[in-house]
Amino acid sequence: MSDSVLAQLALDFAALSLVAVGGAVAVLPEMHRNVVEIHGWMSATQFADLFALAQASPGPNVLVVSLIGWKVAGIAGAVVATLAICVPSCILTYAVSGAWQRFREAPWRAAIQGGLVPVTVGLMLASGYLITRSADHSITAFAITIITAMGVMMTRIHPLWLIAAAGLAGLAGFV
Amino acid sequence: MEASLSGFGGVLPWARRMIVDRRRWLTAEEFTEILSLCQFLPGPNIVNVSICVGTRFYGLRGALVAFVGLMLAPFFLVLTLGALYTQFSEVPAVGALFRGISAAAAGLIVAMGLQMAASRQLRSVMAAFVVITFVAIAIVRVPLVALMLGIAPVSVAAAWWRRR
Repeated sequence: MSDSVLAQLALDFAALSLVAVGGAVAVLPEMHRNVVEIHGWMSATQFADLFALAQASPGPNVLVVSLIGWKVAGIAGAVVATLAICVPSCILTYAVSGAWQRFREAPWRAAIQGGLVPVTVGLMLASGYLITRSADHSITAFAITIITAMGVMMTRIHPLWLIAAAGLAGLAGFV
Repeated sequence: MEASLSGFGGVLPWARRMIVDRRRWLTAEEFTEILSLCQFLPGPNIVNVSICVGTRFYGLRGALVAFVGLMLAPFFLVLTLGALYTQFSEVPAVGALFRGISAAAAGLIVAMGLQMAASRQLRSVMAAFVVITFVAIAIVRVPLVALMLGIAPVSVAAAWWRRR
């Protein structure tokens, strides 16, 4: 895989790292835009599958980025993409963590936090909407998405059971 | 520290249980404080938590060890799964399995978004910024950087104005 693809991966994810308020899931729509719509590195369905894989596997959600990098440019792509999404924000966190305690009561801190919450929530909802559109190509798939969402919100069932049940439903040929 | 951090697999509630309840590295209040900072800063939340906790105890060295400990094992695990997926994605049964799993994984995100949207903090004019962000990103497909530069400052200003 050429160096220019690796450089593009590094650039895209490093930029995402510094705007990923709310974590990796909040920037899924932007990753989708970059990876599927702009660069055409994979189809929307493949993107949804990689995301599902990262969800089903133990570990931080951000690993979806490793999978995307790997799909695009092999193991080097995985390493580059993972470091690119983590390192800029890590440096910022490292730099800020000491000063943060001092400003705990500062009104501007509360305002920034209060202003970013609705944006983060909007991003989460957008992620849910886009990943649903990429993943669901049938009425039953859509029903599974709704049932899983309701299961998470209304019961105390561990999400992995819901994922396993949905996998079985898929295997049985319902989806 | 590296071994124990790699053990928890990175899901936030497990991290909390290990750091606060089992190892007693931090009190519950300290953990909440660190978490609120890490949710506020950009970047993957749990990665930021590992940096903060590592820094607190061993400085830069601790941050590096905590980061590597958090990421290394899950990184290789997820790539192994990815390799298996690519190898077998042509097999009809695997495709069928994934149609089910992907639909459920989408449901998890929808649920997370809706639960966050139900927060009491958002039952105000601030809810408008949720709608604007959703429409801009999901429907209009505005680049995220443009949104962050355009909408976020207005939202922060509105929050500031409301607090006065």
